[in-house]
Amino acid sequence: MATVTANPTYKLELTSSPHVHSRWSTKQAMWMVVFALVPCIVSAILFFGIYQLTIIAVSVGFAVGTEAAIKYVRKRKITLNDGSALITGLLLALILPPNFNLAFVALGSIVAIALGKEIFGGLGYNIFNPALVGRAFLQASFPVQMTTWEQPNYAVDSVTSATPLASFKFDAVGTELNTMLIGNIGGSLGETSTIAILLGGLFLIAIGIVNYRIPLAMVIGVILFGGVFWLVDPAAYQNPLFHLLGGGFMFGALFMATDWVSSPLQSKGMWIYGFGIALVLILIRLFGGLPEGVMYAILFMNAFVPLINRYTQPTVFGGAK
Amino acid sequence: MKTKLTLSKEYIKGLWENNPVFKQVLGMCPALAVTVSALNGIAMALATTFVLVFSSLIISTFRKLIPSQVRIAAYILIIATFVTLVDLIMKAQFPSLSKELGPYIPLIVVNCLILGRQEAFSSKNTVFRSVVDALGMGTGFLIALFVLGGIREILGSRTILGLQVLPDFYEPWLIMILPAGAFLTLGFLMGFLNTYTERKKRLEREAILKKHIKPISDTPINTVEA
Repeated sequence: MATVTANPTYKLELTSSPHVHSRWSTKQAMWMVVFALVPCIVSAILFFGIYQLTIIAVSVGFAVGTEAAIKYVRKRKITLNDGSALITGLLLALILPPNFNLAFVALGSIVAIALGKEIFGGLGYNIFNPALVGRAFLQASFPVQMTTWEQPNYAVDSVTSATPLASFKFDAVGTELNTMLIGNIGGSLGETSTIAILLGGLFLIAIGIVNYRIPLAMVIGVILFGGVFWLVDPAAYQNPLFHLLGGGFMFGALFMATDWVSSPLQSKGMWIYGFGIALVLILIRLFGGLPEGVMYAILFMNAFVPLINRYTQPTVFGGAK
Repeated sequence: MKTKLTLSKEYIKGLWENNPVFKQVLGMCPALAVTVSALNGIAMALATTFVLVFSSLIISTFRKLIPSQVRIAAYILIIATFVTLVDLIMKAQFPSLSKELGPYIPLIVVNCLILGRQEAFSSKNTVFRSVVDALGMGTGFLIALFVLGGIREILGSRTILGLQVLPDFYEPWLIMILPAGAFLTLGFLMGFLNTYTERKKRLEREAILKKHIKPISDTPINTVEA
């Protein structure tokens, strides 16, 4: 009788998604995203002042701290070095209004990690984009502070103290498109400068971390749905370019909607998801009570992702024709 | 035949073990909708308890006379009578509270907690026992609604029963007095309570195992005789 001893060297490791079909490890990819966010951080400092760094620091600090604390309490391995908590904190900071109360930033950051991610079981299990969950919580809790926009540093006139979307919706005042492209407008920290966002976003698409289908579907969707209304009545509805450059659209399309965990897995699903966000967004912006709806549009479609995944499953090779 | 609980246990089971909100998950509609403040929670729970106790009393009295084919209709009729009573009394005596609770007072008729207790308990038990059970359930409901309403009121408007408890620099979280706050609070409370009960059960099981089972041997588990 021989004695077989289990070999301790080989273990079957079971880990949660994202199992990314790319050459990047989760850790590398997360750091690339941080790198891609640098232009947005620079534009935030440029337009809203150096003080905004404290918002970013508080947000990141509390996100990382909350993650570590929850992992510790639940007696799990502390997985801070995958950088996902850092990114959530960074993304949350960039979608908050300038000079936002630091206590609220901390609260939003804790909610984002605890309610947005860890309560579902951590990275890979979350249904919704954690940073957007944090922002939605703050939006519902402190509606006044969340819609108080600081004037950017190089403001031409006082009109720009509201976001272009808000001033169009409530006062019927338009904003120059080239100002919106550069980012010298009122808005959240990292979402105003379309150029800076495109710089980081296109970099992520180029190296294959972000799939181009979701942003592209969103852009086409907004041009399509927004364009229809603009063609019907150009005076009452802004042209689609305004929708593309205004508010958090670009930031949402490139950094939020493309979150690996909470977006669909299949190409067909990504198109459906992108068009869905665009449709909900246009409906909110044109007919809703709020001037901006990127956050709610993305969260809304996040909820449909499991369903989209189920119905876009490709046929197994050799399966039914 | 199931052994009957003593009367005091019949009362106490509603408070914790069978708490209508946290354990049976009954009566969610009022528990979530009206608990924007502790006072609203208390008022709602008292109204519900009144209806529960008196309908239990009537239904258990007539439990042998009500034909089982039409029992639900009969129960609803009895419950509706008491709900109308409560509704009219509140409108006359506490008009502001009645306005705040709005349609949720008449909706007590369809509160599953009340019909559930009639189906599960009053229709099979003696009058006295049914009333004790209804009182226990009502108290459990009161505790749950007070806790829910209290937490939401403290965080959402920094007061409890109208008295300010949090300092002025604390900015109230409006979300807590919105419907989302109700779901968040209830979810967290149930999560913590379930964790606590599970832990207690596990420790008890382990204690019993330790008492009765000796450790088998010191052989390493990953060594298999082939």
